Amino acid sequence: MNSEFDTSQPIYLQLQQRICRQIVRGELKPGDKLPAVRQMAAQVGVNPNTMQRVYAGLEQEGIVSVRRGEGSFVTEDAGRVAQLHEQLKDEHIAGFVADMGEMGFTADEIIAGVQTYIKTLNKGSGR
Amino acid sequence: MNKDTNMAATFEGVAKRYTTNWGLYNVDLAVPRGKITGIIGANGSGKSTLLKLAAGLLRPTRGSVCVNGAPADRCMSKAVAYLSEADSLYPFFTVDESIQFHSQHFGDVDLHKSAEMLDYMRLNPASLVGELSRGNRERLKLVLTLSRNAALILMDEPLANLDPLLKETLIKGVISFVDMAQQTVVMATNQVADVELLLERVALLNTGRLLATGDVEDIRSEDGQNLVGWMRAQYAARAGAV
Repeated sequence: MNSEFDTSQPIYLQLQQRICRQIVRGELKPGDKLPAVRQMAAQVGVNPNTMQRVYAGLEQEGIVSVRRGEGSFVTEDAGRVAQLHEQLKDEHIAGFVADMGEMGFTADEIIAGVQTYIKTLNKGSGR
Repeated sequence: MNKDTNMAATFEGVAKRYTTNWGLYNVDLAVPRGKITGIIGANGSGKSTLLKLAAGLLRPTRGSVCVNGAPADRCMSKAVAYLSEADSLYPFFTVDESIQFHSQHFGDVDLHKSAEMLDYMRLNPASLVGELSRGNRERLKLVLTLSRNAALILMDEPLANLDPLLKETLIKGVISFVDMAQQTVVMATNQVADVELLLERVALLNTGRLLATGDVEDIRSEDGQNLVGWMRAQYAARAGAV
């Protein structure tokens, strides 16, 4: 059960990221209802209070909206979802560039490397 | 007394002497309400002693133990649900009779909840306790403990010697059936890695003394460590200080 998480990093952040990715990938669609806190906590195997914190954090960031007595729903604000796409893209690029920089690659080498890689990928898939 | 209202249990200067040694020594600990606190540490570090004191099953040699603001004693066992490491089930009862008996003894058993839990645990109410597998006995013990509407739930090594799938079932049972808005859980365990997603606070005991306490998410964000790493660091700091 633990293998899904890095237990040396805050669990509520990892869960928030997981839900954000599901939204970006379209596995969760705008207006979709999220499971109740306790149900979600049991599914994932985390403390219900941790899951409560996840939902509260997502609500605060405008990614989830809570309708009283009905539950939590993925935001239907298309602008916010688009922003989330950009946010995740920027985060991943920042992480990748920082890793490459640490290994001593210059910006030009990184860009050239990515272009070459994409080309071989496209060739491989027959496009 | 004011701070006690936020605390499900408090230990002040608690020491427990057994015939030849101290089970606990000078322990000050406050257990916050509505959370799951883990009492962790090696075998013989005093985890079970601490739980038995909170359950009112032992009396402190020195200091005071309060549960819900009142001194812990045997009468208080009604307000505390205690899951012991030992098996105290009656083999001649069926599963259902065990629950009825439990309900007569403790006035706060929620029979709707126990039925729901039996279903979740896939226990047949008509099965004879004496013929249950070890895994099913553990399931039944958890049903009996969690079906009570007790404010404080104490669990002594709930996962000891269980297979991985049964551990997962029991952990998910705790998540599904404890009402965190009304109840507090204190769990003594050796299986730190198995329960680290369940625990919010930890108290680390070492040879009867409280070595450290911490908020588990803070340990991850501030120290960048999991619980085993944090325990190792606490032991090392202790060794360095001596």
